[in-house]
Amino acid sequence: MERAQDQGRILDRPEESAGPSLPLHMRYPLVAMRWPEGVVAKMDLVMFEEEFEQLQEIIGRLQQDSASKVVFLVDKNGQQIAASGDVRSIDATSLASLTAGNVAATDGLAKLIGEKEFSLLFHEGEKDNLHISIVGKRGILVVIFDQSSSLALVRLRVKKASRELQEIFERVEERAQAQASESARFESPFSEITDEDIDKLFGD
Amino acid sequence: MTFINYASREINCKIVYYGPGLCGKTTNIQWIHAQADPSKRGKLVSLATETDRTLFFDFMPLDMGVIKGFKVRFHLYTVPGQVFYDASRKLILRGCDGVIFVADSQRARLEANIESIANLATNLKDNGFDIRTIPYVLQLNKRDMPTTAPLHEMETLLRFHGEPMIEAVASRGIGVIESLKACARQILMELQKN
Repeated sequence: MERAQDQGRILDRPEESAGPSLPLHMRYPLVAMRWPEGVVAKMDLVMFEEEFEQLQEIIGRLQQDSASKVVFLVDKNGQQIAASGDVRSIDATSLASLTAGNVAATDGLAKLIGEKEFSLLFHEGEKDNLHISIVGKRGILVVIFDQSSSLALVRLRVKKASRELQEIFERVEERAQAQASESARFESPFSEITDEDIDKLFGD
Repeated sequence: MTFINYASREINCKIVYYGPGLCGKTTNIQWIHAQADPSKRGKLVSLATETDRTLFFDFMPLDMGVIKGFKVRFHLYTVPGQVFYDASRKLILRGCDGVIFVADSQRARLEANIESIANLATNLKDNGFDIRTIPYVLQLNKRDMPTTAPLHEMETLLRFHGEPMIEAVASRGIGVIESLKACARQILMELQKN
């Protein structure tokens, strides 16, 4: 699981690695996501390294300020975006997937009783507690904390961090919408995938 | 949702196993889990009832290797097959990249298969996908059962167009990897188009 825990860190920059090079104007794309928004057609979202670093900084600060053990930022489809704290102690991939499932199920419950959403979930354990909150339309912030912090402190700090995170998400989304109308799309490094490449993945 | 991380050079794809109750969706994932190199597979998370029926979903991350310098990781999910868990099924399809429909080949389950495919089409549509265009594989499972319906009959009833159709006995691993591969191929070829 080591790699999963590394996901939140910047391991290398595209231009420094041996992989396919990217066009100049897309020099630092960090994560590209395609996701459905209700019944609207799929939209590509690309987050640049600068924005990712800002996200990382915000959740790092949140983890410090709230005296929590770990903070994860995952998207609503169950992919981890960033993490801070003692991430090695946790199976991050399963955490992201289960959190997304949990939020999705709670979302369903909210709609059943006529609520738009429940923006906050709190699970209290014997030692550790889990604070889950929705950020913007797509993000989920997960804070794991123990007795060295308190629910009040976590809530306070999460509120502030959420606002900052939301601004970044909105910026990313605005740019994605602007780009969707342009014909210029960034060239995919996967444009030349062959059948042999796929066979190799399966060891054939 | 294909999630491409350029910093850690990873592609994450979500594949969902769909099908009627007791058709063998969880068995597919369990077989992959048992066969995969422990260093390449994550934990198999099963949210099941006490009688081992899937309640919400099964989940397993699987590292496949490297393609064009990017590590490829599949996130495999199953849905609960039982009819009354429809709300959960819809949630799990959110953001999926490909679907493997596991059909139960037993004659008595033909109708359940048809119902489940219709349900899949509706739930995909509600999530913004079209069953005719999303990467999709039809797996005919339990081909070793004595009451199996003939292949051509199942094909006529369940196959839409040219989607890969694979005969399987998931409990013995027959057709399991082939199905995954057929789905992965379509997903990765889709990346090529984008």
